[in-house]
Amino acid sequence: MLNQSRQSHDLDQRSSACPEGSQSGAAGGTELPPQVLLAAPPSSPAPPLPPGGGGRGGGGQKRRRESQRAMKTFLGFFAALPAAALAAVIAALLVKAWPAILYNGTGFFTQRQWQPGGQYSQPVVTNGISHPLGASYGALPLIVGTVESSALALVMAVPIAIGTALVVVHKLPPRLSTATGLLLEILAGVPSVVIGLWGTIALGPFIARRIAPLIAHNVPDIAALHFLRGPVGYGQGLLTSAVVLAVMILPIIAATTRDLLRQVPTDATDGAAALGMTDAEILSAVTLPWVRAGMIGASVLGLGRALGETMAVAMVSGAVLGAMPSSIYQAMTTIAATIVSQLDSAFTDATGFAVRTLAEASLVLVLITLSVNVAARLLVRRVASTALPVGRGI
Amino acid sequence: MAAQKSPSASAHRIPRIPPIGPHSTPFRSTGRRRRTDISVWVLSAIALLVVAAPVGWILASIVGQAVLDWHWSVLSTPSVGTSGGLSNAIVGSAVIAGSVLVCAGVAGIAAGIYIAEYAPPAKASFLRGASEILSGVPSIVLGYVGYTTLVVSFHWGFSLAAATATLTVLVLPYIVKATEVALGQVPTSYREAAEALGFPPFRVLRAAVLRPAIPGIATGLIVAVAIALGETAPLLYTAGWSDRMPSLQPVHAPIAYLPYAVWTFYNEPYPSAHALSHDAALLLILFVLLLIVVSRVVVLTSQRHAPTARAKRGNSLRPR
Repeated sequence: MLNQSRQSHDLDQRSSACPEGSQSGAAGGTELPPQVLLAAPPSSPAPPLPPGGGGRGGGGQKRRRESQRAMKTFLGFFAALPAAALAAVIAALLVKAWPAILYNGTGFFTQRQWQPGGQYSQPVVTNGISHPLGASYGALPLIVGTVESSALALVMAVPIAIGTALVVVHKLPPRLSTATGLLLEILAGVPSVVIGLWGTIALGPFIARRIAPLIAHNVPDIAALHFLRGPVGYGQGLLTSAVVLAVMILPIIAATTRDLLRQVPTDATDGAAALGMTDAEILSAVTLPWVRAGMIGASVLGLGRALGETMAVAMVSGAVLGAMPSSIYQAMTTIAATIVSQLDSAFTDATGFAVRTLAEASLVLVLITLSVNVAARLLVRRVASTALPVGRGI
Repeated sequence: MAAQKSPSASAHRIPRIPPIGPHSTPFRSTGRRRRTDISVWVLSAIALLVVAAPVGWILASIVGQAVLDWHWSVLSTPSVGTSGGLSNAIVGSAVIAGSVLVCAGVAGIAAGIYIAEYAPPAKASFLRGASEILSGVPSIVLGYVGYTTLVVSFHWGFSLAAATATLTVLVLPYIVKATEVALGQVPTSYREAAEALGFPPFRVLRAAVLRPAIPGIATGLIVAVAIALGETAPLLYTAGWSDRMPSLQPVHAPIAYLPYAVWTFYNEPYPSAHALSHDAALLLILFVLLLIVVSRVVVLTSQRHAPTARAKRGNSLRPR
């Protein structure tokens, strides 16, 4: 990478920046603060190399150490930003949600009603917490809806992702496998609101007209499968949400599994092939065990992404507050979809209690997604050193 | 011991299939093995089709809807209520993405450099962990916090500043990760060579470490821009919406952006609003495709001289 001309060019820069050097005023002296140096554009073509390079005395060493320290401080400030932002977000949620946590109590996790209370009556004060008369919040349907839709999405996405990764790595010619990578990138890059629009105008009606009747009318009438039966609805509900979520997490799982499969040592698969194993046997005995931990990690990461997904679910779930679907075709809602649809009306609550309750719901969502994410990363880090991709994105 | 015993044991009874793995039993017939083999690949191929189908379907349905009611004036006129065009949203999205790129780019690259190059292992692991956890926080939660703190408590109002701050927190982990990974792939010998030449620390960083890592960092920045362009949930309650062209006023000035048009206009009952919603979705898809092309070009130009071992071997499961 460092070709001859660049070396000489940089060496010259170094000598010009040296205090002993005769030149002065060149771009990027040690006197400049680090950010200037980092941002300094590459300067003009290099003049000939001075003989002997740059000499260095005790003063240079000292300055060198100082500049090193200044740069560390500068960079360290920014490195602390993600941790600070994380702490600030959680602190802000806790402060906002604390009265709601006290007032709603454990009923928040066990009850089904979402009653903001009387907006036009005098606020009531209970245990020092001001709230509208009759305010009563239970988030059970939201929590159940969040977990159900994401789990269903995971069940759909994982086998498809593994199959795709196997074909891409082992069967497709390089050109086609690049094209499939492009497909996954597009799928990962399409904004969630666009996928939601697709779910509303194309997928939902298709499911209501073709898929749902097919399943609902052919599933045997036994109690364990009743969640697959019943009226097929109008295409907005648990099944549509789960399919949309599955489409959204497919690229993460498929791309990670593909990258893991490419790391399987060929010695091991060659050995298995030499023993006379078929492809299916090699896959089940060598390849899949090798990538299992990473694959589980990627799946759980996809689960975390599905749990927090907002816009697409808000558009295709039916977003019915308090709905506990008894079949996969019925409308439901999730925590994230509720926050986005209720925040506007929550601000009409003069006591601010509805907003505090949404903070509590956010906190619950954060706890669920973060525990899932941390579990995924611990799992992968413990078994393999493979780095997981950070979330969704192209 | 076991290795010495096995030849005599195998002399008596040669297993037809080596008993390795939980699923291979020694007495499965060849025909059944072949059928299993074929069905695994057939199912995998079907899975690939199932992945390809929604991509084509999404593109086709959005483009199909948008083309039906497309007018070129969408690009040149701002929105008027639920009709008009989208020029204010296009410019607004570009302004938001640009300011996020600057803020998150500077902070994320600096943080990535610190974690990869300077932090002691324990500190690096803590900072990396915090960044990864931050990437798992749902975007709507960031939007909520941005609204209650920046917009309401700080009195910034719906504004470019609130939107930029919220999105910066959202995309920061991606840039940190991309920078860190890219720097980790730069050979140590580059650093040693630069040190040996007596470069000051900045120059070591700039010439020997950052320059080879530029493609990786650029890819991270592109991902960040794609997210900043496409995210809706964090912007709904921080950026607001305005029918006017965006000014660069940081606070107290709501700013339009494309995802809002997709989401809000679709919920309106008017055909003109639906048309704008479809058009905005089409524009978002085009922007994403453009960014993917740019990232491909960046990766291809950087990889042209580095063929991988896998490319030489081919991709077959068994040796040729």
